[in-house]
Amino acid sequence: MNVFDIIGPVMIGPSSSHTAGAVRLGRVVNKLIDDRKLTKVEIVLSGSFAQTYKGHGTDKALLAGIMGYKSYSPEIRDALAIADEKGIEYSFTKENIKDAHPNTAVIKFYLEDGTVGTMQGASIGGGNILVNQINGMNVEFNGDNNTILVMHEDKPGVIANVTHMMHFEHEDLNISNFHLSRQEKGGDAIMTIEIDNQPPEELVDEIRKIEHVKNAILIRRV
Amino acid sequence: MLKYESINELVKEAENRNVRISQLVLEDQAKSMEKSQQDIYEKMAKSFQIMRESVKDGQAKDQKSTSGLTGGEGYLMNEYATTGEGGLSGSFMTKAIARALSVAGCNASMGKIVAAPTAGSCGILPGCLVSLFEDKGYDEKDIVMSMFTAAAFGMVIANRASIAGAAGGCQAECGSAAAMAAAALVELGGGSPKQCADACAIAISSQMGLVCDPVAGLVEIPCIKRNASGLMIAFSSADMVLAGIDAKIPADECLDAMAEVGDSMPRTLKETAKGGLAMTPTGKKLRDKVFG
Repeated sequence: MNVFDIIGPVMIGPSSSHTAGAVRLGRVVNKLIDDRKLTKVEIVLSGSFAQTYKGHGTDKALLAGIMGYKSYSPEIRDALAIADEKGIEYSFTKENIKDAHPNTAVIKFYLEDGTVGTMQGASIGGGNILVNQINGMNVEFNGDNNTILVMHEDKPGVIANVTHMMHFEHEDLNISNFHLSRQEKGGDAIMTIEIDNQPPEELVDEIRKIEHVKNAILIRRV
Repeated sequence: MLKYESINELVKEAENRNVRISQLVLEDQAKSMEKSQQDIYEKMAKSFQIMRESVKDGQAKDQKSTSGLTGGEGYLMNEYATTGEGGLSGSFMTKAIARALSVAGCNASMGKIVAAPTAGSCGILPGCLVSLFEDKGYDEKDIVMSMFTAAAFGMVIANRASIAGAAGGCQAECGSAAAMAAAALVELGGGSPKQCADACAIAISSQMGLVCDPVAGLVEIPCIKRNASGLMIAFSSADMVLAGIDAKIPADECLDAMAEVGDSMPRTLKETAKGGLAMTPTGKKLRDKVFG
């Protein structure tokens, strides 16, 4: 904790959890989309998000984040109109997601190139977030660090190959957190690797070349 | 390095080195963030600038919250403050109240604010500091420096008690903001480090047990007006101390009591909108109006 955690953050109101945190959840999706063109988002709101989103501008905040705005961008207020202008279709529905944190959103996004993806995350207070699922697979990261998601086949040695390559090619990279989840033995698996440093752009391409790795995504701090 | 676990630690260290708490904190934070003191000072100065903009933003005649439940409080108060004698408490105080209401209103209408320490209590510190700057001619550099003192007190409160309404009720939000502001005001008024701690203690004592009971779960009713009362408590605590009145219970003990009171507060009174004003007949009616 430092002085700017107390006097700060600079944010668009009214609520750090329902507005600022919601923008950051949207920004995770923005990082997943990268520079591809977004055509449609379907947003499901659960718990307190579902009950109070209108009064807190949670809908605008999520959409603004998805479009790449930050939690202090004045554009959040006009996010719905901006999305209309950009030709992005959007919808908000309320649903009670079982066992989810009270401030949970599930964002399904459709890209022009036919890609469809999902992200589930929660705003856990004070603008902090926790991402729980990406494309249906369990992950666990908070967006405070640079995070690499590696989708791969559950085969022996994949984790060792990825971390070995990271250290061999970029010896100052330091892993601060690691999480693995898989759907079934030998099936699809996903590694969540949080890193202290700024990972170089080429790192993701290097990981993609490793045997049994299907894809890798870098989500820089949101 | 400072640990920010005790107000007394800050006071003793400042006394030993014969510096203001703000100077101590600026040096410590520069070291721990591995940045220059100038960089850190400028970042804080930027926050003060944003606070001044939030005051202006929230004072607009047509200011209205996103839910429509509140709006125009800052405008009305400022009109009142700038007419004649400036009301019963005089124009300095009523203008300061107008500023606190304006920033809180700016927050409710999705304007840009600096959380201090939270969004719900964001009007108290700017209400105090912008008033000293604009109406009493205090030096900007001293004011920005006093924000380091306020932040240091806030860190101790966060470590020792809480700054989240969901964890400790409104005493943790508006209470903490008023205590932080009181310490900053005393430093600006020329008080000693020990007097900063005493003002913090008095402000915390004055809001001990205050619950968080927002109507419809929104940061509006009663939050906006509690920013005005928090500001008054910050000024009265600072002025009492500068008049030579000391706090009978030391600040650290007040914070421990605040933590204990927060822990024993029922869930219904900690930002869940299930008790207090939120569950009054009118509170429920307003909730139904917004969320149907």
